[in-house]
Amino acid sequence: MNAIIEIFPQLARGLQVTITVLLASAILAYLMAFIAGLCRLSQSFFIRKFTGFYVEVFRGTSLIVQLFWLYYAIPMLFGIQLGSNWWAGVIAIGLNYGAYLSEVVRGSILSVANGQSEAATALNMSRFQRMRLVIFPQAVRMMLPEFGNYTIQMLKGTSLVSLIGMTDILYYGDIIRSSNLSQAPIVYLLVLVFYFILALPLIWLTRKGERISKKGVANG
Amino acid sequence: MNNNWSWETFMDALPFVLQGLWITVSLTITCYLFALLFGFVWTFLRKVPNTFFNWVVTWIMEFIRSTPPLVQLFFLFYAWPMMPGIGVTLSPFTSAVLGLGIHFSTYIGEIYRSGIESIDKGQWEASKALNFSTVDKWRKIILPQAIPPTIPMLGNYFIIMFKEVPLASTIGVAGIMLMADSYGAQNWSYLEPLTIVGILFLVLSYPSAVLIKKLEIKMNTRFDKNAAIK
Repeated sequence: MNAIIEIFPQLARGLQVTITVLLASAILAYLMAFIAGLCRLSQSFFIRKFTGFYVEVFRGTSLIVQLFWLYYAIPMLFGIQLGSNWWAGVIAIGLNYGAYLSEVVRGSILSVANGQSEAATALNMSRFQRMRLVIFPQAVRMMLPEFGNYTIQMLKGTSLVSLIGMTDILYYGDIIRSSNLSQAPIVYLLVLVFYFILALPLIWLTRKGERISKKGVANG
Repeated sequence: MNNNWSWETFMDALPFVLQGLWITVSLTITCYLFALLFGFVWTFLRKVPNTFFNWVVTWIMEFIRSTPPLVQLFFLFYAWPMMPGIGVTLSPFTSAVLGLGIHFSTYIGEIYRSGIESIDKGQWEASKALNFSTVDKWRKIILPQAIPPTIPMLGNYFIIMFKEVPLASTIGVAGIMLMADSYGAQNWSYLEPLTIVGILFLVLSYPSAVLIKKLEIKMNTRFDKNAAIK
């Protein structure tokens, strides 16, 4: 029990990094998801193929590879400094999950019943109005549970930033473990509990999203 | 430090990184088989007709699923040997199989469950009415209908697992990621070896994703519920 009281505040120092990385990469991922998801439904062949390439590259390779690549390779290749490892982490996680989520966006828009789009056409709505007033509001509801699930995945992904030297929860956990080996079990259990506590509101929101998505979407 | 792309380094790093390919592939397959088997444990535990027990199992699954696999790997590799009484030192490979396998078995257990629950109530009733034994009921009625629709989803998890396996490099499994990392550290050029790893992942996972997509379409037409009613 004493060990827990001792370790807890030390791990909590990493909380800020984990949360800021999660928030920033979630915003980037959502943004990329809507941009790429809509671009893949574009009428232009070039835009479709280009975003398709982005999605396949980021879904086809692993997050840890992308993270290392952005952190080690980008500065070498283009001489660009991403500023700090914080940016490398956020960009890697954001682009990676943005690619996954763009498929969710695309799938939800496509799964809105055809009759909805036909009815909107019959009402003489423009393509933009159709999307904004009829298709999109229904598609967004369907996306909610998946967005929740992927946000939990993103939270788990943030643990990787400790590998490029960021001082998140896991980083402090590793430091305590390396200075006191026999405390390893309690340290990592507490790290897991930290992540679980952070995930709880997301789990709750996902379940809420599941309920919302069942209502208010036209069937057939 | 070299700052530019060099084909020389690329060709030099290629055989070095490729040495790790077999370990990456065999780790993926072992983890996947372990997850497929362990998934049954969760499905079975969820079936126990006790509300409290169910609640506990659900939250254990939720805990495993929503905490990072990387920390779970560290727990097994660094902390497990320190566990008083039960601790045994695990090799990096075993830790990776257990850690990633158990992590993904929680997802796979849910897939099994959704497969079983998708079976129409009438099928259960009919097999009861026809006086099928429990074994026959599962073997002849439920499983043949429950398994095929889950195959594409299970296939997807194979690809997902393949992409999570490089995490094992952090505890010293000498797959392609660790090879690339150590080449980078030795020659101080991470660009080429890491790019090779990225290309390898694309080359291996993209075709399998296409295959699974095809399988999915095939399964959907074969097991289209509306087609069955017609």
